[in-house]
Amino acid sequence: MSEPLLQIRNLSKRFETPRGTVHAVNDVSFDIPRGSITGLVGESGSGKTTLGRSLLRLIEPSEGQTIFDGTDLNRLDKSGLRAARRRMQIIFQDPVSSLNPRLRVRDVIAEGLRAHGIGNARSRRDKVAELLEEVGLSADHMNRFPHEFSGGQRQRIGIARALALEPEFIVADESVSALDVSIQAQVLNLLLDLREKRNLTMLFIAHDLSVVEYLCDQIVVMYLGRVVEKGPSRPLYRNPSHPYTQALLSAIPMPDPGLERSRTLLKGDIPSPLHPPSGCVFRTRCPKAAEICAAGTPEPVTVGQFHQSYCKRIEGRHATT
Amino acid sequence: MTGPVLDVSNLQVTFRARGRSVTALRDVSFTLHPGKTLALVGESGSGKSVSSLAIMGLLPKNGAVAGGEIRYRRPDGKVSDLTTLPEREMRKLRGSSIAMIFQEPMSLLNPLFTIGDQIGEMLLLHDPLDAQARRKRVLEMLELVEIPAAASRLDNYPHELSGGMRQRVMIALALVCNPTLLIADEPTTALDVTIQAQILDLMRRLQKEMGMSILFITHDMGVVAEVADDVAVMYAGAIVEQAAVDTLFARPSHPYTRGLLGSIPMPGRPEGERLVPIPGTVPPLHAMPPGCAFAPRCKRADHACEHPVTLSELGQGHRIACFHPVSQEVEHV
Repeated sequence: MSEPLLQIRNLSKRFETPRGTVHAVNDVSFDIPRGSITGLVGESGSGKTTLGRSLLRLIEPSEGQTIFDGTDLNRLDKSGLRAARRRMQIIFQDPVSSLNPRLRVRDVIAEGLRAHGIGNARSRRDKVAELLEEVGLSADHMNRFPHEFSGGQRQRIGIARALALEPEFIVADESVSALDVSIQAQVLNLLLDLREKRNLTMLFIAHDLSVVEYLCDQIVVMYLGRVVEKGPSRPLYRNPSHPYTQALLSAIPMPDPGLERSRTLLKGDIPSPLHPPSGCVFRTRCPKAAEICAAGTPEPVTVGQFHQSYCKRIEGRHATT
Repeated sequence: MTGPVLDVSNLQVTFRARGRSVTALRDVSFTLHPGKTLALVGESGSGKSVSSLAIMGLLPKNGAVAGGEIRYRRPDGKVSDLTTLPEREMRKLRGSSIAMIFQEPMSLLNPLFTIGDQIGEMLLLHDPLDAQARRKRVLEMLELVEIPAAASRLDNYPHELSGGMRQRVMIALALVCNPTLLIADEPTTALDVTIQAQILDLMRRLQKEMGMSILFITHDMGVVAEVADDVAVMYAGAIVEQAAVDTLFARPSHPYTRGLLGSIPMPGRPEGERLVPIPGTVPPLHAMPPGCAFAPRCKRADHACEHPVTLSELGQGHRIACFHPVSQEVEHV
């Protein structure tokens, strides 16, 4: 893999609530290689959205480092952060609530350019036209309002807005989840095209595992605020090693009625993040849990090239070559 | 063998909006046999949810059945056309012998009452029991839907339960009067995959035990493959393809069905192979093309497709509405 654009080290985010402290993100570390798409998956409550936003400091992380191209974002002051923010953008799930309904499409897309004082009215207009074409819309859409577009088109507008500042890194948070599958496929292919053309680095947050496998080069699986497994996409999907990843993958409904599969049905729900289980956070739902799982957080075990699993019950190759 | 539980024929539903009338369902026909699951699958605007609301007699005020029949076989064997049934009669059927579950349990559950009270009230409406017997029956229902420590949950309010638990409570509420027909409208769409797997598993078990028939409405072809015996694929208010589940996935013949399957990023696809999306979007109801509604997005479309198209038989109950069906088998890797 190429050198990392982003190095996330021991990142944590805690929220204080009247009922106690919630460890939404707990000691998370991984690298995002330049020009790659990293998928962040997990169920609701796994902390994936909080992590995505903490990376951009849309939420202030409690501790840890986010090293972006050599600089720790978490140590930057306001003006330093503002400069760095030009280089990273976010695309949201819901294109309806994330686009200001009172602004015309050209103003929605040019907002970032204006805020950073880039170009003049005319050059910004040209830029907007160019971006609209690039995301598969047409330049004469720029004078319309967001409500005049379908869901898929609005998501394209959200992508055009994110691209306006020529970012190197994009966080896409459930960006295709609200779309119908035929439209979702259009947007996924657009993201792949843009990655190739612009050498974009992306963190793609999603709960749909099939979408993530299609799009991503590497996968990070989270459960209750912690990383439980990470690795290159193909090997991780073919040989998931963490019991949670195994259960998650076996739960995907496959469009093939003849398929015989052994399914690991997980019991119960994800526990409250206010009272996470001791030791391995997954052990209360884990079919392989044993006594050793209750004491101490599991250390990463190398199970393949760049492929690590945080489980005490698996035998890995400890020597990393 | 007795006849079908539900036999919908040539159902038309229209909506009035801003002074004009639009057709939301065109000539929809399907049959649901006892103890079986029929999946209605389609994307937004396909008419799958409108179909279920029409069956329940719950169309919004600006919508109406403009033609066709919905013949429902009651538990006593008597067949009634639900489109002509008086509201009083319909109300007796709803919640007792025909029940419905939704994507969002809170659209059915009242946040101000405990789940025990709500299931109990449902019982009271359809089955006179004294308070003690009722509570016992409610508890049985919660155990049936595998709610852990059910007795301690009776006095919980809906907000005290997780999404998956609420879904189970809604299923208990729907099944408490032993319906023969369950309409499930995207019941697992809002759930995480691990919880979805639990709920689908539960529904399969309950269907086997209670023998009910299920009309399962979903947008997810993966879910269809897991739950359905028969499938009807809907597009823009009409059924475009209908078959037994194995046939549909082995020989999808309508270009739309093909397109839908080609859009799904199925795990284990060959690396680097791109998805083939369907270009364009669904036409709005007020601007439907005169012929095949899918023609503007279809690679195979030609002049023939400007004429209205109806379902025709390909054999063994496999029916499609297309002038240019796709004939090859799907290759499974």
